[in-house]
Formats: sequence, structure tokens, C-alpha cells
Amino acid sequence: MELMLGNEAVARGAWEAGATVATAYPGTPSTEIIENAALLSEFYTEWSPNEKVALEVAIGASMAGARALCCMKHVGVNVAADPLFSAAYMGINGGLVLVCADDPGIHSSQNEQDSRYYAKSAHIPMLEPSDSAECLEFTKRAFEISEKYGAPVMVRLVTRVAHARGVTKTGKREKRALKTYRKEIDKFIMMTGFARKRHVFVEEREKRLVKDLKDLGLNRAEYADGAKIGVICSGSAYNYVKEALPNVSTLKLGVAHPLDKNMIKEFAENVETLYIVEELEPFIEEAVLAMGVKASGKDKTGVQGELFAGKIAELFDGKPDPGVWETPGIPARPPVLCAGCPHRAVFYVLSRLRFIVFGDIGCYTLGALDPLNAMDSEICMGASIGMAAGFEKARGAETAKRSVAVIGDSTFVHSGVTGLINVVYNKANTTVIILDNSTTGMTGHQPNPTTGETIRGEKTVQLNIERLCEAIGVPSVHVIDPFEIHDLESMIREETKKDGPSVIITRRPCALIDKNKKENAFAIDKEKCVVCGACVRIGCPAITREKDSVTIDAAQCVGCGLCAKICARSAISEVV
Amino acid sequence: MDNLNAVIVGVGGQGTLLASRVLGRVALNLKKDVKVSEVHGMSQRGGSVTTYVRIGEKVYSPVVEQRSADYILAFEELEALRAAPYLKENGEIIVNTQKIAPLSVTTGAQEYPKTLETLKENADVTAIDALTLARQAGNERAVNTVLLGAFAKKLEIDEDIWREAIRECVPEKYLKANEKAFDLGYAS
Repeated sequence: MELMLGNEAVARGAWEAGATVATAYPGTPSTEIIENAALLSEFYTEWSPNEKVALEVAIGASMAGARALCCMKHVGVNVAADPLFSAAYMGINGGLVLVCADDPGIHSSQNEQDSRYYAKSAHIPMLEPSDSAECLEFTKRAFEISEKYGAPVMVRLVTRVAHARGVTKTGKREKRALKTYRKEIDKFIMMTGFARKRHVFVEEREKRLVKDLKDLGLNRAEYADGAKIGVICSGSAYNYVKEALPNVSTLKLGVAHPLDKNMIKEFAENVETLYIVEELEPFIEEAVLAMGVKASGKDKTGVQGELFAGKIAELFDGKPDPGVWETPGIPARPPVLCAGCPHRAVFYVLSRLRFIVFGDIGCYTLGALDPLNAMDSEICMGASIGMAAGFEKARGAETAKRSVAVIGDSTFVHSGVTGLINVVYNKANTTVIILDNSTTGMTGHQPNPTTGETIRGEKTVQLNIERLCEAIGVPSVHVIDPFEIHDLESMIREETKKDGPSVIITRRPCALIDKNKKENAFAIDKEKCVVCGACVRIGCPAITREKDSVTIDAAQCVGCGLCAKICARSAISEVV
Repeated sequence: MDNLNAVIVGVGGQGTLLASRVLGRVALNLKKDVKVSEVHGMSQRGGSVTTYVRIGEKVYSPVVEQRSADYILAFEELEALRAAPYLKENGEIIVNTQKIAPLSVTTGAQEYPKTLETLKENADVTAIDALTLARQAGNERAVNTVLLGAFAKKLEIDEDIWREAIRECVPEKYLKANEKAFDLGYAS
């Protein structure tokens, strides 16, 4: 027995199923799946540049006859949706499992979309584990189902499953030989004539699976003695229902798609009142109502956020919920840019210039918060560059002279490159600042093509961002250390003034990459300081404003010296 | 100990994850069911971090909900106050007497509130200077094991089971300091 993280259990399940290829792009709450797979030497693992490529590599591995695992967060599936929908037609050779981690409650995402609709609309099976033990078991079963029915299979986690540890029983690894690869163009090439035939296969496949659903044993009715109320639930909601309503009967659905309508009908007939308790969208409820079965749930729970046992007990059993966890008036503690963060310098300059800033996904989105307050937009990976161009096309070229797009190194490679190609091709005047901190920071420091290392730390070819930008046709490409803050400001002023696109690569490693490398701390000379507050406005967690003074916490200061550079009184210096 | 709901709170980077893992491991070694809910992602960026540990014969949800924590283990005073609504009646708070000002306080926009006083007025509080004890143990990052030591003394669990769990969770090179930190917390 092990106390395993849900994500770790998924990796272990794939390993026990004999999978040999595992791919992903990092994204909370899915990141640790591949990180754990990378610790198991039987796997080939990779951080792909984005989720679409990750899935394509996994599809290729499946076609080659291996069992392949691909992992991403819910919004990553949007990026991978193109290969996903056609892979559903193509089917598989070796088992293919796509694990997607949803984020109800938006702990670390830009939305709380419900991935179950992907499985429904691509017509592929989706399993939904409730805890770590099921993460391991369901992942193994997913490979089995994938090969039995010839379908890619999705496994859907949510944050409270992916990032929860539970007691998990581990097993042995199944030894599997590669399946034979045979050229089958009517299966692997989705030309119109072939695709039409494969679509027929998809429909038949789903019918076969529906027939076998009960025998798969992944859905389970649990009847409580004398219970009149029955609840259909799945995944995390099952856990909360079991705690909140211990005396009701439950139908736990381990297969989110296709739904076992026979089992649902039978369960509905055995209870007097039927509730459906599910987080996010009324995915099960819509299907149950469409069957003509009387049921309710979403009228009470709504479609937002996580449910939890207290809320369910209140909504369905009338037990007063003791209230929300609010402690009014207490200062909030949102995450902040770290002391020594190279992004701080860029956002400090942009806030001074009062530019319109099109932001992107990464730690640097924190530049949107006070006191830097230097961002106007952020929607998805890579969007900053396209949006900056669109804003300019709508409001005229002059707009580009007081706006920039900012994007991290990993995000640029993920899907910013195409936006930049568009800028050049369609003659926009966008200035793009690529924040190159030599890592994928927010998800926990994964390497990426610009870092020159693979997931296992092996050296590889390092993507040269400046040469890539030049090759795209950007006429003006510069590299600068963002802590040369005065030069940076001049450069941003100059580049935005120019007609035509520009790229400024601000290059300095993330302050967390080598925490042990500590420079001398800085301190404020009380004699020289006039408490103007300029250094406070860079939002460094090591700098504290008190009533009549400003101090630097030597323990937190990493000695980056940015505050000293912006102090007009030269009151800040290194403690030697 | 039959059932336990514990909330472990702190500031990103303080080592709350390790503390929750050790406690989870203790439960596993006691052959109990256990769920631990962790926070990943932005936690390294100095934000509030909350983890839950639930122990019992059968545990479904990994989440400790409001007014249901037997114990709050707080690595920082403001975070203890923020977590207070989790505490159930007669629950206890063990708090490290360390104040880490959030950005709204360091920039002067807000004041750091009265924490220990407020907590003591409303709950059973054990306050420990865990940072000093961790330094005594030889590693200031061992605040988490100091607090676990203090926590262990309150729970009726064999001390050796704790020590075994620490050995299983802490990397070899930090083990000695963490064992010492546990002892200092236990004796505090």
C-alpha cells in the first residue's frame, strides 16, 4: 500500500499496463503525471512543445503498436482537439489513453470548462476515477478498453482527485510486446472516402461499448437499506455525496461517456426521488432528463465551482451549511512575483510607460496585480501576440506605438510563434516582449525547447529564439538583460516607435532556478532615503514600507539590485 | 485516535506539503484510511497554501470543510487566522509565531492584523517559536517538523510511528536536522 497522489497513480497505472510512451505539456493540475512517469525507466517520456504535439506523438506511438499515455489540463484539450477528433475516427493500434485534468473552482486556470463534452462529441469512452486507487485502476482499464474497442480513451481527473493522496494498492507491470504495424491507409489516412467509412466504425464501436458497459464493472449501484432517495454521481462529487448523504442510495458512474442508460433506468426505478449531483455542467442530468426520467440537481447546485459535502448536505438534506470560509478584513495573500524575479523589471517599465499590455499565461500574469498593475488582457496560451495585432488592426497603426505583447519563452514556443508569423505576414507593427527566464516557471520549472534540456535533464539542441524570430522575418530583434532597466526602457520606447514589428527578448533566468546561489542582500540607507515609495512600487516581497521608513528583509532579498537601480536618491546599496 | 481532520496552512515555500505527507504516512503506518489534499502550481510564489489531512476507517473526501477541523497546524500567524473558520468547536490551533507580511502589508496598503490575540480569544491555541527551534536543530527549513513534533505530543500516537514516517518522507541529507527538530517540537 502506498499513499499516492492521484497523478502519480495515473503514471503508475500506465506503467503497470505496460505503456512505454508518455507525453505531455505541463499544466496544473496535470503536471505531476509525466513527472512521475519520467521516474520510471521503462517509459519514454517527453515534454512536448504543446498539447497538440503531445497527442500527435502519442498517436504515432499507438500506431507503432505501443501503449501510449498523453496528459494535459482541461484547456490543453482545446489545443489538442484537432488530432483528438480525427484520432477518434482512426482508432488505435497500441492502447491510447488521454488523461485530462479539469479544474472546478479555478484553482490555477483561466476557466472551468467541463471536458466530458469532448468525449461525448468525439465519441470516445471517458472514465472518471474518484480517488488515487481508482486513478491507478481506471488508467489500466482505460488501456484495456482502448485496445478492445479500438478507441482512444479519455480519463478525466479534477483537481481534488489529481492533487489528493490516497491509499493505493500497486501491482506488477504487465510485459507487453509491441503490436505489429501494418500499413492500412483506409484506417490511418483520414481522406474523405476513408473518413466516411471510419465514421461508421465510430458509431458501431460506441454501440458495442454501450452493450458491454455493465460487464466492464466501472459503474456501481450502492443501495442503502430503506433509502427512498437515490443520487447519481461520479468522480469527486461521489466522495462528497458519500459523506454528506450517508443514508441515500448512489449510482456511481465510473464511465462518463457513454452513459449506461439501462443502469440509470434501473436505478431510477428503484428509488422514489432521484437527484443528480455533479460539478460543473449538467452533463449526466441532461442525458437522464432526455431519457424521460424524472430527476433534478442542477437547479440546486448550479454550474460553478466545487461542491463539497457541507454544501450538498445543505442543498439536499436541509442541514445548515456553517457558512463560507471567509475572514473579512484579513489581508489576502495572493501569489506574487518572487524576490529577484526578472519579470518584475519588465512590468515596472511597462507600468511607468502606461502602455496597453497584452498578456499571456505564466507566472508573469502576476504583473497584472497591484502594485505593478501592468496588463490589459490574458485569455489563453499564445493569445497575446494575435490580440495585439487585432487591437492595432481595429484602432490603427498608431496604437502599436503604445502597446506591447508579453509572452514567456515556453508559451512563445507553445503557440506564440504562429501569432508572430501572422504579425509579420499581415504587416502589423506589434512589439513583442519575450520574457525568457530559461524555464517553464509557473508549473514548477520544466525544461522546454529553449532551455536545451529534456525532461530527464539530457542535453539537447537549444532553440535559439532570436534566430527563429529573424527567420520569421521580424526586422528588429534584440536581446537584453531586463535588470538593465534604463536601457530596457529606452529599448521599449524605441522599438514601439518604429514602423514594422519588433521583438525584444528579455533574458535572465528565473530567480528560483538556483535558490542556493545567493548574492549579497541590499539595504536602505536611512540617512539618504526620503521614503518616496518608488522601490515599494516594484512589488518586491522583500521590501516593506513602515510608517516613516522603508526596509529590506535581508533573509528574503536575493540581491538582484533592481530596487537600487530605480532609487533616485541612491539610498539603496549592496551589503558587502 | 479514531478520526482526524487536520488543516495545515502556511505561505508557499514553508514546507506545508512535507508536513501533510508525514502525517499521511503516519496514518498509513497505523493501517488507517487517509486522504491528503495538496496544493500545487502557484504555491511556490508566496501565496497562501492550505492542505488537508483526513484520517479514519473510511475516508471519501480529501477536503476538510468549515467548522470540521480537529486541529489547525499553522506555519504563520496570519494564515492561522485565515484558517480559523475551519476549526470545529473544541478544536485546537498549533501556530508558529512567525509573521510574514503579505504584499498589501509590505506596500503599506493594509496593516498586519492582530493575530495571536484574536486567535486566543476564540480558540485553544498553542503558540511555538518554531523558527528558532528549527535553527537550533540546524536547519531553518525544518519549521514543519518542529510543528509536527508539537502536534505529535497532542495526539495519542506512538512516537516511533512518527519517527518512522519522517524517515520515509525526508531526504537522507536533511534527516538528522529534521529528527532533531521533531524532538525539539515534541519537548516544547
